[in-house]
Amino acid sequence: MAEKKSCMKEFTKGLLRENPTMRLVLGTCPTLAVTTSVVNAIGMGLAATVVLICSNVAISALRKVIPSKVRIPAYIVIIASFVTIVQMIVKAFLPVLDESLGIFLPLIVVNCIILGRAEAFASKNPVLLSAADGLGMGLGFTAALFCMGAVREILGAGTFLAGIKDLVNIGGFNGFDFSDTLANIGLAPITIFILPAGGFFFFGIIMALTNKIASGKGLPKAELHGCEHCPMAASCSRSTLKEDAQ
Amino acid sequence: MKVFLALLIMGILTQNFVLSKFLGICPFLGVSKKLNTAVGMSVAVIFVMCLATAVCYPINTLLEKNDLAYLQTIVFILVIAALVQLVEIVLRKYIPSLYKALGIYLPLITTNCAVLGVVVLNVSNVATFAESYAVNYGFAHSMINSVAAGVGFLLAMVLFAGVRSRLEAADIPKFLQGLPITLIAASIVSVSFLGFGGLVEGLGLLAAA
Repeated sequence: MAEKKSCMKEFTKGLLRENPTMRLVLGTCPTLAVTTSVVNAIGMGLAATVVLICSNVAISALRKVIPSKVRIPAYIVIIASFVTIVQMIVKAFLPVLDESLGIFLPLIVVNCIILGRAEAFASKNPVLLSAADGLGMGLGFTAALFCMGAVREILGAGTFLAGIKDLVNIGGFNGFDFSDTLANIGLAPITIFILPAGGFFFFGIIMALTNKIASGKGLPKAELHGCEHCPMAASCSRSTLKEDAQ
Repeated sequence: MKVFLALLIMGILTQNFVLSKFLGICPFLGVSKKLNTAVGMSVAVIFVMCLATAVCYPINTLLEKNDLAYLQTIVFILVIAALVQLVEIVLRKYIPSLYKALGIYLPLITTNCAVLGVVVLNVSNVATFAESYAVNYGFAHSMINSVAAGVGFLLAMVLFAGVRSRLEAADIPKFLQGLPITLIAASIVSVSFLGFGGLVEGLGLLAAA
């Protein structure tokens, strides 16, 4: 019973309280790059979730076998293998998604969320808990991407879930398109929101909002501190950067 | 020659690695507080990017010859990780002055998506360039692209370090302080790079096939 309860706790913490994107500020590159549409955001989120669960389970199962001196290279090999598997599956079954995610699909390897969870959680906890942690963190990442993608797509392109048919076929449903309705009342989508600049801007707004909500709950502000915030900080031989920066 | 110039302009201005491709955002936001750390990090990135491309290009040819192209991701990340370690050891032993300047940034670069990004991009560019511009994208193109990507990273870092030093003194609303205002400032820097759009086509450097 206790096991079940703590599994639930590990699962839910990734969704809100320790959301990897909004609270821990990890994986910013894919967050900004793929959220130009909801379909891309969901595709990226789910691909990363699969890799995260698999790598967490594998690393947790092997945590007593991997010598701590070579653990980072070992983790990278494990993660890269799962990324390759996911990449092959996406290429085979969802070629359109593969094309729109482009190089960000292989770049899941260097997504700090995955290496960060391996180092901070999976290497110290049993398999079941690590799987729950991976699922929670992955879905938290997907949810954050979904929110960003939804707002950017609606404001920037005037559509919602456009191209969903390429991801799942729900009776030929291919998303909503408001651009005609907008044009009728003399409005056009705000294209800047799907451009890179809009990504930075909206992520900034979202971070400000999460910081406000977090401070209301007495939680600390989400910050990106450069070196000491990096999941590699503990293992990094040169934490002198911290002194250097001061 | 025109293609090389086009690659340089694309990498540095129109398709800047940080501001329009979103690669290397973590160092861009994390290490850009001071100009000298920003420059040091960028120079280390340029160095590793060029080295990684030079090493990964022949390896990729070898992989493709043996029908092992699906192993690219695993091989590239391992090669980059090993390379960074090796560079660190060699620099420490033989060029201590350079090691002192760049060494501290090297471990950070192993898992930097910009380095793996440029290597993966060079591989995928082969098909894209052959298809859209009828250009035979080879080793020289890959190297020029890596240099351009690195210099683009340097430019973005230097510009942004300047913007951030101004932000330090500004009076910012409480909830925008820290990361949010940094992101919004990055957005404005990114808008300024929109102005370079169409430069490559306008100069007639790359013609669609």
